[in-house]
Amino acid sequence: MIPSQEQEKWMYKHMLISRFFEEAIEKIYMEGKSPAFNMANGPIPGEMHLSNGQEPCAVGVCAHLNAEDVVTSTHRPHHVAIAKGVDLKGMAAEIFGKTTGLSGGRGGHMHIFDPAVNFSCSGIIGQSVGPAVGAALSRVMQQKSGIAVAYLGEGAANQGAFHEALNMAGVWKLPVIFIIEDNSWGISVSKRASTAIERNSDRASSYGMPGEFIPGNDPIAIFKTVGLAVDRARSGLGPTLIEIETSRLAGHFMGDGEAYRPAGEKEALMKVDPIPVMKERLAEVYSWTDEDDAQLVADAHGVVDEAIKFARDSEYPAPEEAMEKVFV
Amino acid sequence: MTQVKEKERKLTIARAMAEAIAQEMRTDEKVFVMGEDIGELGGVFGNTRGLYKEFGPVRVRDTPISETAFIGAAVGAASDGMKPVVELMFVDFFGVCFDAIYNMMAKNTYFSGGNVTVPMVLMTSTGGGYSDAGQHSQCVHATFAHLPGMKVVAPSNAYDAKGMMIAAIRDPNPVVFMFHKALQGMGWLGTEKDAIVHVPEADYEVPLGKAVVTRPGTDVTIVGITSGVHYGLKAARILEEQGVSAEVLDLRSLVPLDREAVIESVTKTGRLIVVDEDYHSYGMTGEIIATVVEAGVPLKAPPQRVAYPDIPIPFTPPMEQWALPSPEKIIAAFNKMKEV
Ligand SMILES: Cc1ncc(C[n+]2csc(CCOP(=O)(O)OP(=O)(O)O)c2C)c(N)n1
Ligand SMILES: [Mg+2]
Repeated sequence: MIPSQEQEKWMYKHMLISRFFEEAIEKIYMEGKSPAFNMANGPIPGEMHLSNGQEPCAVGVCAHLNAEDVVTSTHRPHHVAIAKGVDLKGMAAEIFGKTTGLSGGRGGHMHIFDPAVNFSCSGIIGQSVGPAVGAALSRVMQQKSGIAVAYLGEGAANQGAFHEALNMAGVWKLPVIFIIEDNSWGISVSKRASTAIERNSDRASSYGMPGEFIPGNDPIAIFKTVGLAVDRARSGLGPTLIEIETSRLAGHFMGDGEAYRPAGEKEALMKVDPIPVMKERLAEVYSWTDEDDAQLVADAHGVVDEAIKFARDSEYPAPEEAMEKVFV
Repeated sequence: MTQVKEKERKLTIARAMAEAIAQEMRTDEKVFVMGEDIGELGGVFGNTRGLYKEFGPVRVRDTPISETAFIGAAVGAASDGMKPVVELMFVDFFGVCFDAIYNMMAKNTYFSGGNVTVPMVLMTSTGGGYSDAGQHSQCVHATFAHLPGMKVVAPSNAYDAKGMMIAAIRDPNPVVFMFHKALQGMGWLGTEKDAIVHVPEADYEVPLGKAVVTRPGTDVTIVGITSGVHYGLKAARILEEQGVSAEVLDLRSLVPLDREAVIESVTKTGRLIVVDEDYHSYGMTGEIIATVVEAGVPLKAPPQRVAYPDIPIPFTPPMEQWALPSPEKIIAAFNKMKEV
């Protein structure tokens, strides 16, 4: 399955939007946090997990999905949310804790819910997986179209919930795809130090489903492999487990000193930053010009700037609204 | 001989905990540490800093993100002669591993008729106030304290943190050791200065199950634990300016619970306010009030509680700050009692 030029352009554009969004968040996050770095301060308080470098995992998968398909994501959700079509203004406002946010400010960056495009995420490692299986089950039981995709980190693949959910999806042959974003780190602990086998995709054989490993953080390769898995799921052939080799270009969260990273690792990863790599590919394959690129970059900045401005300009909710929405 | 006064040595709770664990590891080779990012990183909240360097990867083990496995493993190791100190990074994550905790760790001693012991410490961070939302900010004190078979303690300052950690490691029973993030002395989480106090270098125990009067007073008793103590102390200072003498009682332990200390203090003051960052209903605040009522302590006014409303903890600062306990809420509670 090969992406069309339009699809490649879409992927590149959403990689740009995602990266520019993270860059904007990164900058604003530091407002009010210096000289003393205190997470509680500034327009964006709390933890902040940036997705820089992991954009290919978002676009290569979501290029195959429609709004009706369900995506569950993790504590590092922005890139996936953007590729899934989550309302960017609402997401930005949520991250700022504003009343116009997707959840009126109750959830924040680790709890992005946009039912309009069937996107959700959770800050608990491994808990993206069960809900995706359940959404897939629900589609089958209701004879409704659409599939489910669960994202998780390679660290989360050592969580019991992952194994239980995969087994159940395998037994029931559900239309669900498990996407492991292998950035080789779970906070400060390397994949090698925490995982008994080299490839999590090999674990698929225990659960009666195909397992695929995609090296190189390459959106095109991801598009191809995931396309086949999506076809399988849509045609009732059951689940697939896919592990994507990707890179975490930022710290685990903002404020992470990253002393645990081997010297030179980050520099090496920066050299194969998927965004310039994708740009070069477009130039090579589709004679993409600098002007074409400048236009797309400007468009992407426009989308991000608009969302950030919306978030900044929005009001905070009234404190007492905290009591609302526990039940409806 | 003149006694040399020990030089004042102010430590954060994080450093006091790490020092306590290190001292026990030096004297007892059965003590070892497991958890996520507790090795080279020294713990996300700093309470294992330096241990990896001193004791190495065999005794200071970074685990996979597999809480059910490593807490369950701690139960097994503890019953086989080891003394594990394991970390559940945020208490909120108990959801993925509670069976190992409350059905195994907490019950094996009893079910074995006391023939099997589980001498382990489960240390875990609690609390919010910095906009981390409701999967990373809870206290859930009562959730643990409700279930028989595990001691549950939570220091409010570095002196107690060291002494209670040493006592917890030496205790033949499982101990849940809760530390509040805002009291850790990690700058990035804000720092409660009152939690940073003198800590003797020598090893010492602070007995588990003994409350302490942090500030004596005569007009009202403010009972708290961990962050609640600091809200209480701040309120007491403001009340003092208004001519009210408030006594602040730091429970330090929820299990065992020092009911006598509560009864003694309220017998003296006749008024009770209980402060807890854990949820309002079915919690520690209700338990303390019931203790006083059941004991028939004469009261000058109905007891009050200042606790977290029964809502998931919201992210946005206006909502979260509004929902947290505060000195102002304690003073409002006191004023309400005055009206009676
Ligand atoms: C059950 C649970 N345990 C621990 C954590 C703390 N934690 C947050 S992110 C993280 C690392 C996750 O690693 P990985 O799954 O590889 O995702 P990445 O951060 O690399 O995107 C950990 C341990 C958590 N949120 N939930
Ligand atoms: Mg990872």
